[in-house]
Amino acid sequence: MSNVMTNLVTWIDQRFPMTKVWNEHLAEYYAPKNFNFWYFFGSLALLVLVNQILTGIWLTMHYKPDGELAFASVEYIMRDVDWGWLLRYMHSTGASAFFVVVYLHMFRGLMYGSYRKPRELIWLFGMVIYVALMAEAFMGYLLPWGQMSYWGAQVIISLFGAIPVVGEDLTLWIRGDYVVSDATLNRFFALHVIALPLAIVALVFVHIVALHKVGSNNPDGVEIKKNKGADGKPVDGIPFHPYYTVKDIVGVGVFLIVFCAVIFFAPELGGYFLEHDNFVPADPLKTPEHIKPVWYFTPFYAVLRAVPDKFGGVVAMGAAIAVLFVLPWLDRGEEAAKSTRYRGMIWRIALTVFVISFVALGYLGMQPATPVLTNLARLFTVLYFLFFLAMPFYTRMDKTKPVPERVTS
Amino acid sequence: MKKLIAAFLLATLPVMASASGGNVHLEKANIDLSNQASLQNGAKLFVNYCLSCHSASYMRYSRMAADLGMTEAQVEQNLMFTTDKVGETMKVAMAGSDAKNWFGTKVPDLSVIGRSRGADWLYSYLLGFYLDDSRPFGVNNIVFPDVGMPHVLGDLQGWQKPVYVTKTGPEGKTHEVLDHLELAQAGSLSEPEYKRAVRDLVAYLVYMGEPIQLHRYGIGVWAILFLLVFTVLAYLMKKEFWKDIH
Repeated sequence: MSNVMTNLVTWIDQRFPMTKVWNEHLAEYYAPKNFNFWYFFGSLALLVLVNQILTGIWLTMHYKPDGELAFASVEYIMRDVDWGWLLRYMHSTGASAFFVVVYLHMFRGLMYGSYRKPRELIWLFGMVIYVALMAEAFMGYLLPWGQMSYWGAQVIISLFGAIPVVGEDLTLWIRGDYVVSDATLNRFFALHVIALPLAIVALVFVHIVALHKVGSNNPDGVEIKKNKGADGKPVDGIPFHPYYTVKDIVGVGVFLIVFCAVIFFAPELGGYFLEHDNFVPADPLKTPEHIKPVWYFTPFYAVLRAVPDKFGGVVAMGAAIAVLFVLPWLDRGEEAAKSTRYRGMIWRIALTVFVISFVALGYLGMQPATPVLTNLARLFTVLYFLFFLAMPFYTRMDKTKPVPERVTS
Repeated sequence: MKKLIAAFLLATLPVMASASGGNVHLEKANIDLSNQASLQNGAKLFVNYCLSCHSASYMRYSRMAADLGMTEAQVEQNLMFTTDKVGETMKVAMAGSDAKNWFGTKVPDLSVIGRSRGADWLYSYLLGFYLDDSRPFGVNNIVFPDVGMPHVLGDLQGWQKPVYVTKTGPEGKTHEVLDHLELAQAGSLSEPEYKRAVRDLVAYLVYMGEPIQLHRYGIGVWAILFLLVFTVLAYLMKKEFWKDIH
């Protein structure tokens, strides 16, 4: 039997670099041995992506992208399709879980300086994934064709109308109609199930290729490739497989417990994952009193509302995302001290303020904008941007601590 | 476009916290979905009082029979008035245009009303009708002002009248505020009996919003138990593999 297997592997290897790829990316990919809690979220993001694609394929088998039929087809899935309710909740909970995991993954990068030289491209690919993911989520949210689907899309698309000169034509081009309609639903469906998933999978691939080219960062921000043993392998590195595969499986178990707790016991999560108003079929003639995006967009929605001028708000919201792209070049801190562990007090305070601002904006984006709350949103918007725009200055002033030669355990 | 911007601005006003709530006080429905008798009674009230105007076009009679512990024959004899096929969904004969003429609005389908409104809102709504001569059907509602629906449960509950109190505004002007409702004419049920009936009806509506919820908790317990065992085993495997890493 084992002889047959060996022969088969040899036969394949002569025609396809199977063993080579396996070794380069798993069995002989050396990852730092000091990964902590924060390093689960990359593999979990991959897990959620697979979950979204698989449940998505099965949902597509029953969903109807048609303004007359969409809402009913979702209820058909919830009631008449065997295990359809589970597919739907796995997909809707998966959308929120994707953002939870990705936000934690990005925060990890921020905390340990994983965006810094030589990993700028990993960060950039990651940012493109993030933007594609936002587009994917936004378009997917239209598909249930409930009131929030409809009016959320209406409001967000109308934002493009604030762009001078081309704005109005642009919104018309996006919608394919003068209002969000069947035409919009159909094209969003096409983009949601084909174009964006394809792009996201391809981007995840290059994200990982770039990562494996330079090697993984770690909580100490120390380059393990600088300390190689006599065998040419990093002394602080361990093969990704089996060490991190078995470790990530534990992470998968814990994640799935939380994931299933939501799916089975609170699939709406109090209106945060599935909004109550979205159980009312889309009605172009009836505007809901309080239109708000799903939680993962609310930080940027708060930035949008914080600016009194509509076009200014759109620019600020775009800038809040765009500024993340240039992060690797804003950070002028001492090159060796990548990780927050060895950076000074100024950086730590700045990072804390940033996290507080982001969470606060997320909260404020869900609330009706009272004058007090709007002023608070303005304050946190300023702090959010200050974190980035002042970064070239305060990172240079910051007093870093001595960085160890090897990773600490 | 102007309308959209207006809609957008409206959304930012400090209006009611959600479209389903409003700033009125909602009474707790305290429904119990594990109480099958309550759900059956709710189903009976639903088909008798609601299903003549409101449809539940995603809900099948056969599903209701199976979930609420009734035989299909029982449902066909006692609860099915608009069709003779137990696999059908709960449709109504009334045409949409008729509804528009009679009530001034389309009559909403109630399949998922339990999910969009929530149990407490529905409960308070069905308790909240009061006499108001200015309305086409002679009634208004405290949680849904100027509602187009007549008080179809009026013969059960009786008819309530509003009691106003005079309040002084910040500028010293006085105005009347609705304080509470009191029974002006008794119905066939006492207050506790009516509340229990409404609670059953709301329980049914909530069930109907998501029929699988009667079963998904049970499945979830098994799923999580499996994952706990899986995670413990995975952790032991990880520990075994990592023994030699220092």
